[in-house]
Amino acid sequence: MADQVLNLKDIRKAYNIDTEVETEILHGIDLNLNKGEFCALIGPSGSGKSTLLNIIGLLDRPTSGTLAIEGRDTGALNDTELTKLRGQRIGFVFQYHHLIAAFTALENVMMPMLVQRGFADAAMQQRAEYLLAQVGLTKWQNNSSQNMSGGQQQRVAIARALAVNPALVLADEPTGNLDTKSAETAFDLMREVNTTNGTTFLIVTHNMSLAKRCDRTIEVIDGAIHGAV
Amino acid sequence: MNSNIPFEVTAAVRFLREGILQTLLIVVGVAVGVSVIVFMSALINSLQSNLMARVLSGQAQIVLSPPKQSARPMLQLGPNSVVRVVQTRVQQQTSIDQWIKLRTILSQMPEINAVSPMASGAALITRGSATRSISLLGIDPDNYYRIVNIPADMVEGTSRISGQDALIGKDLAEDIGLRTGDKLHVSNASGTNRTLTISGIFDLGNKGANLRNVIVTLNTAQGLVDLVGGVSSIDVNLNDAYAADAVADRIVSAHAVKADSWIKTNAQFFTAMNAQTISMTTIRLSVALSVALGIASVLVVSVVQRTKEIGILRAMGASQGQVLRLFLVQGGIVGLLGSIGGVLLARLMLVFWVLLARNPDGTNFFAIDITPAIYAWTAVLATAAGILAAAVPAINAARLDPVVAIRG
Repeated sequence: MADQVLNLKDIRKAYNIDTEVETEILHGIDLNLNKGEFCALIGPSGSGKSTLLNIIGLLDRPTSGTLAIEGRDTGALNDTELTKLRGQRIGFVFQYHHLIAAFTALENVMMPMLVQRGFADAAMQQRAEYLLAQVGLTKWQNNSSQNMSGGQQQRVAIARALAVNPALVLADEPTGNLDTKSAETAFDLMREVNTTNGTTFLIVTHNMSLAKRCDRTIEVIDGAIHGAV
Repeated sequence: MNSNIPFEVTAAVRFLREGILQTLLIVVGVAVGVSVIVFMSALINSLQSNLMARVLSGQAQIVLSPPKQSARPMLQLGPNSVVRVVQTRVQQQTSIDQWIKLRTILSQMPEINAVSPMASGAALITRGSATRSISLLGIDPDNYYRIVNIPADMVEGTSRISGQDALIGKDLAEDIGLRTGDKLHVSNASGTNRTLTISGIFDLGNKGANLRNVIVTLNTAQGLVDLVGGVSSIDVNLNDAYAADAVADRIVSAHAVKADSWIKTNAQFFTAMNAQTISMTTIRLSVALSVALGIASVLVVSVVQRTKEIGILRAMGASQGQVLRLFLVQGGIVGLLGSIGGVLLARLMLVFWVLLARNPDGTNFFAIDITPAIYAWTAVLATAAGILAAAVPAINAARLDPVVAIRG
């Protein structure tokens, strides 16, 4: 249990509850992710992958079931506590990188730490510089995110996801908007971080060749897990 | 990034800087609104202060006079009375009872800064075949000049008067051809008369007063208005002119005198001033409202433009409070910058106004008096208005569901 980063038990998610058009998207998901795992989450569009990812990322609440992050049950937490836990233990990488254009690459990487602590400090900057070096973007650290290529921006987004040293990184089609070479670079980078730091990754992808290179592939079809491939 | 500046302020500044054109437009909009408020406030306040100073400089704040004489009815009204007619009594020229003692008591009151007894009444002046009726004002110069600044109104001669001297108005002097040093024959209805020397000519800025008023010493007037040893009124000035009503009431309750405060005797003036203040406040509020709505509309658009960024910040652990503050700070910054610009613009407008708006003789209409407090208050109020105007968009931003926001 100590090494379990994520534990989902019978997670259900329904919309329009108690109305004639009530729709259940997730039908009792059970899923465990251990520390250091590098997993792919695959499935056709509309299968419930993004809903599941939002619930795991504490951006959304399940209708029923239990969700624990590093053994801590999140069901009883209020919105403020969920936000805090999300900021401290979960990192996000999105398909469209979502860097904040008003800030430089370095500042974007500092952002999760800044949000947590309120004020910038030297340690924060050193950590951001270290992460940007890890993703090979030291030269570009003072560039506005708008003046970088898509691949570079996604690498900054990966560095940003690692800023608070999270237990779990959730990546929603992180290579979906990149060319093949950049996609390879971004994937390799995440793999390297996983190997080096032992950070757990859950990557939503449609790219089966990348999925096959993960430790485990979890397939979601029609709101239910169809087992590991 | 500066380690002394909170995240919300840093982000607010960056967001405003990123949309620089949008920010500049709204800051200019706020500045124009603020400048109109400051300019009009300065103008109206200065005008009112000037009018107030003019009103106060020409009259006492409280005038004490003998109580009104009333007829005492011989017939008492009873259950069988039918009709009773009481004729109003003709008011006789009488002195304030024990006025010297009263003057001493008044002089010792801390809120009073000047007490001046006066003996006044109607008289006639004669020069050759010309006769004019005048109002004779017998004063104690040292004290009276502290209430009405006659020395500042002198156009000829000196304001210093002794037993045989008189000061007359500019229009009376022109009317009967008198100059400083000329003799003036003054008489009253009961036949007392005296010949005085004109020691100076004044201009009170009021033709009626210039034609009618003749100023002499208290002793001289007492003989000419049949008030030997007495005074017809006591003029009082206070440290706080607006306390006149309250002080007048206290004097009346303790002494046998009638007291008229300048606030009551200038009721119409005050009504006009209040009407001006109300219309000014209405204009100020309307401008402030349009400024606030301008800030709010820009921030509403900003929230829509930044939906994804808000979502990503929330995903990174930014609390609703942080997002709320981020937009409130933007409103505050726009308000602050706009108020600084507005105050500078207003200053410029006032400089032009002073240059352009002048009397025919080249002097200013009136002095424009702007205290630093106006600038400070304007900045504080505009910043507060900016924060307030940002409240609705900020609340909307804070309430955004991160999942929906990230999806955009």
